[in-house]
Amino acid sequence: MIQSHASSILETRNLNIYYGDKKVVRNVSMKIPKRTVTALIGPSGCGKSTLLRTFNRMNDFIETFRHEGEVLFEGTDIYRSKSDVTEFRRRVGMVFQKPNPFTSSIAKNISWGPLVNGYVGDVNELVERCLRKAALWDEVKDKLGDSGLALSGGQQQRLCIARAIAMDPEVILMDEPCSALDPQSTLAIEDLISELKQNFTIVIVTHNMQQAARVSEFTAFMYNGDLIEYDETSKIFSSPAEKLTRDYIVGRFG
Amino acid sequence: MSQIESAFGSPNRAMSSQEGSMSLKESRSVFAVNMRRRQLKEKAFFGVIFCATIVAITILVYLIASIWSDGWPYLNWDFFTNFPSRFANKAGFKSAIYGSAWLGFLTLIISVLFGVGSAVYLEELANRSRTNRWIELSIATLAGVPSIIYGMLGLGIFVRFFALGRSVIAGALTLSLLIMPVIIIAAREALKSVPTGIRTGAYALGASRWQTVRDHVLPSAFPGIATGVILAMARAVGEAAPLIILGALTYIAFVPENMFDSFTAMPIQIFNWASRPQPAFHDLAAAGIIVLLGFLLICNAAAIYLRSRWRSHKP
Repeated sequence: MIQSHASSILETRNLNIYYGDKKVVRNVSMKIPKRTVTALIGPSGCGKSTLLRTFNRMNDFIETFRHEGEVLFEGTDIYRSKSDVTEFRRRVGMVFQKPNPFTSSIAKNISWGPLVNGYVGDVNELVERCLRKAALWDEVKDKLGDSGLALSGGQQQRLCIARAIAMDPEVILMDEPCSALDPQSTLAIEDLISELKQNFTIVIVTHNMQQAARVSEFTAFMYNGDLIEYDETSKIFSSPAEKLTRDYIVGRFG
Repeated sequence: MSQIESAFGSPNRAMSSQEGSMSLKESRSVFAVNMRRRQLKEKAFFGVIFCATIVAITILVYLIASIWSDGWPYLNWDFFTNFPSRFANKAGFKSAIYGSAWLGFLTLIISVLFGVGSAVYLEELANRSRTNRWIELSIATLAGVPSIIYGMLGLGIFVRFFALGRSVIAGALTLSLLIMPVIIIAAREALKSVPTGIRTGAYALGASRWQTVRDHVLPSAFPGIATGVILAMARAVGEAAPLIILGALTYIAFVPENMFDSFTAMPIQIFNWASRPQPAFHDLAAAGIIVLLGFLLICNAAAIYLRSRWRSHKP
């Protein structure tokens, strides 16, 4: 397991998650260190996406969702804290599996989040800064008024990343952000992730083992709701402690 | 690599092996293909539905043609500017057109406000509790209640209990009740068709439910909601039964000046003219029907336009 790292930003303690009667995450305790990329890997249905979605309480919209244990963000339990859930989602951004830009213009896609949260700064400057950070500025600078849906899949996903960055969150959660993209767009997003970890903590769910190996410093392997192994990525991929992890990584199942 | 190999390799092996081709041959022999009979059945089926369509269209065309030939001579400027009269050649449609315009305007405001509001509540905010499911079921049932029942409800509540009298606002409230279930159902369908990703994307940015609905969900659902509202309005403007129950007058020689004035409406005036013994009034009724039909056609055209615009705007 992870040695006591400098400081963790997200932490779960004995976390159990249920959908109705079905237990989908079992007794998971893990700490996610600041300004790193942590990958969650595991076969379909192992609970990695569910775990990711508890970090910004996106599971609240599933009515049968129920949890036990604690999910700490900067030391406070996000399910028990008195502050508004929207205030907290502002600090933990998310990029989804399927690019989901708003139907409005490219510029509005980025400015909307900050504006509804009371942003008072220069909107044009914000739009440009975020698009530059998301490596999309050069491609869209002449058509900021066009619909976000007019972009290609890869561009849409980078727009969604730019949109998440615009809130200046502390954590960005990514739920298989490249699964709907072609290899070239995937590469662009991976480069972007490496770039972003200087300012943000990134937690990424991925089905692509090479991707986990390429972009992350820490990797958690989940199987059937259990956190099997969580360690430095290099260790997970070179000498995993568990046989199950090794079998999954070499492609014997999953 | 080994995974890819096995994925592509195994079916090929199965195909080339002896057992594979055997089972394929056997399975071929269990199909008793009779193409001639299938094609015959297909032709018969098409024949039946083609006849059904032709019968429906013929009846419609005949109705419109006969109304047109009866009403055409009366469709002149006087028809639009004169008030009703007991002399057929002086009688006009003015008060009915104004009354229907008043009714339509007020009904539109009331039913959109409450109908779309309820739809947003049920679709976006409400949980799946027992009460909410009961409300949903009730709305679906209300959509099928005959309009005359709404007339009795309006008479009891708006005309008598709230003492609004036989006023435009009482009529508009009654018609709003009548079309609200239809608007709620149409608006909910439109809201349902908005991709979930738009909502989750907005929530993930720390937006509240209201901000999400206002800025993203409602604009995306707007064409669908507008289509539903227009079609419901067409129904409201064509209704006579509930207004007759309310006691809307048939002889009105003035235009309503505020929402508490008494009124008449196009379908009521048509009903009144059609029930008179003199044939000249029957032709007047036909002219009224042409005006009403024209209005309904415009409504439908607007709905079709909105829908096609919506489709072309989708990615």
